[in-house]
Amino acid sequence: MTTKTQPVPPAPTRPPTDGGRGGAHAAAHKEVRIFSRLGYLALIAWTVIVIGPILWTFLASFKNTAEIFSSPWTMPAELRVENWSRAWTTAHVGQYFVNSVLVVAFSTAGTMLLGSMAAYVLARYSFFGNRLVYYLFVAGLAFPMFLAIVPLFYIVKNLGLFNTHTGLVLVYIAYSLPFTVFFLTAFFKTLPTSVAEAGVIDGCSHTRLFFQVMLPMAKPGMVSVAIFNIIGQWAQYLLPVLLISDQNKYVLTQGIAQISINAGYQADWSGLFAALSMSILPMIVVYGIFQRQIQAGLTAGAVK
Amino acid sequence: MRHGRYPFIVGFLAAPITLYVVFVIAPYAQAFYISMTAWRGFAPPRWIGFDNFRKLIDDDAFWKAVSHHGIMLVTLPLVTIAIALFFAFLLNVAGGARGGTMQGVWGSKFYRVVFFFPQLLALPIIAVLFQTVYRPNSSGLINGVLMKLGFDPVGFLIKPNLALWSIIAVLVWQSVGFYLVLFSAGMASIPKDIYEAAEIDGAGRVTLFFRVTLPLLWDTIQVAWVYLGIAAFDAFAVVDVLSVDQGGPDGSTTVLAEEIYRNFKFSQLGYASALGVALFFLTLTFAALTLRVTRREAIEY
Repeated sequence: MTTKTQPVPPAPTRPPTDGGRGGAHAAAHKEVRIFSRLGYLALIAWTVIVIGPILWTFLASFKNTAEIFSSPWTMPAELRVENWSRAWTTAHVGQYFVNSVLVVAFSTAGTMLLGSMAAYVLARYSFFGNRLVYYLFVAGLAFPMFLAIVPLFYIVKNLGLFNTHTGLVLVYIAYSLPFTVFFLTAFFKTLPTSVAEAGVIDGCSHTRLFFQVMLPMAKPGMVSVAIFNIIGQWAQYLLPVLLISDQNKYVLTQGIAQISINAGYQADWSGLFAALSMSILPMIVVYGIFQRQIQAGLTAGAVK
Repeated sequence: MRHGRYPFIVGFLAAPITLYVVFVIAPYAQAFYISMTAWRGFAPPRWIGFDNFRKLIDDDAFWKAVSHHGIMLVTLPLVTIAIALFFAFLLNVAGGARGGTMQGVWGSKFYRVVFFFPQLLALPIIAVLFQTVYRPNSSGLINGVLMKLGFDPVGFLIKPNLALWSIIAVLVWQSVGFYLVLFSAGMASIPKDIYEAAEIDGAGRVTLFFRVTLPLLWDTIQVAWVYLGIAAFDAFAVVDVLSVDQGGPDGSTTVLAEEIYRNFKFSQLGYASALGVALFFLTLTFAALTLRVTRREAIEY
């Protein structure tokens, strides 16, 4: 379900259709012109609304405080790179960034491994309790996470996992399973059975069949869900705020929110802009490279 | 090779189910019990029946939060879907038919890529971004411009009657691109013959939109409404980071999630869970109602 438009070969021009109805068509033509002019205006306006704040943040990250207060559109007098290095080290953006990357790398890998295993078994094997397990997972989609926070906090604490990245990773995986299992079960069901049967005849074990035959076949679905999970877990705010209190272990979302509060006390606005730019820039790079896959992956859930 | 079937099934399901039961199912189940107790975290929870829910009925903060959800539930989907549909139509259909498919206006691809980008940014980071955009003096983006043009600065997040709208605007800012792409996928699957037939009958762009695109896209719009509605029941990250005093000024932007978290921090654990139960039933009611109300005859094409 990509949204790419196929490149079209030079088209045969449409035969004129206004034979005998010139008046109506001219009116329609005028309407088209007005409509598309207004349309362009709206498109350009929204482009400015989307890009404006981000561009302004990047500019401001090189300014000093006086420049930030003087005018929103003046350029910085010089490229003050020290704002960036101050944010990276003194404000710990670097640390938060590394924490986020580590946590999301492990949790997405874990989600995909455990999610695909469960989904595969649920989609391809009939056994007593299959439906029950499936609905147990899917039911998780109906509950707001906020309902769980009080008991979850104590469960994580009693397991000795409070304030650890391990705990955060495990909880991320657990809360990503409902959607992952739901999506991948449907996906495994669509895969042809003949290849698997051939593998069985060749004496392939169930486990090998999964890892060496089925998983490679499920790659498109896996990629979509992986992207969905990476972006979801990267943006997670409630769980880290709930489960991590040691500043050195903060993830990026939590860290930037903290820096924003501190910037208020220290009036270090340029540092805040630099920290913000640092957290936005990687997303622009990643988006530039994987733009099509990301759009497909994020919307896949809604289309299903 | 029937042998090894059950060990395999159990082996593959053990880890995911354990993790899921421990961290997801168990907390959800316990939350319903805790909502019936008085619990501060140290001594064991004490059963008090429905007292927390009685307290909730008299709690101003709760009703404020619910009314904010009500406002967001209507405005967030309405505004987001309207803007996204309008742009999706421009980018997919408004350019007229060319070589077998309906085309968007010139530069469609560029706009789609740009508009989608905010979806990638984490909400807390967007919230910090807009904290700077909304800042009430000349260092804020909007007020910087306004003051240069000679206007008085506007306290977007400070004025109680403006703060919630400023927050909704941020959510719209983030969401439009996602729904634009979602609607584009739906529009791409509408055969162009239908448009051509309508055009030959003299239908203009506006008629095309309301008489062809909108009805054929109804299912997708319904999905969008449910998604945005669920987002309107959350809004925690934005409210917590962006608003003054986490839900202020004076509770004018608070949401249930924020109240749950506040009570959790103050160790009002039973009451926090009761608010969670209320949120659960509100979300569920909304989802059921939406599906019921918006159900229409599917149009085959």
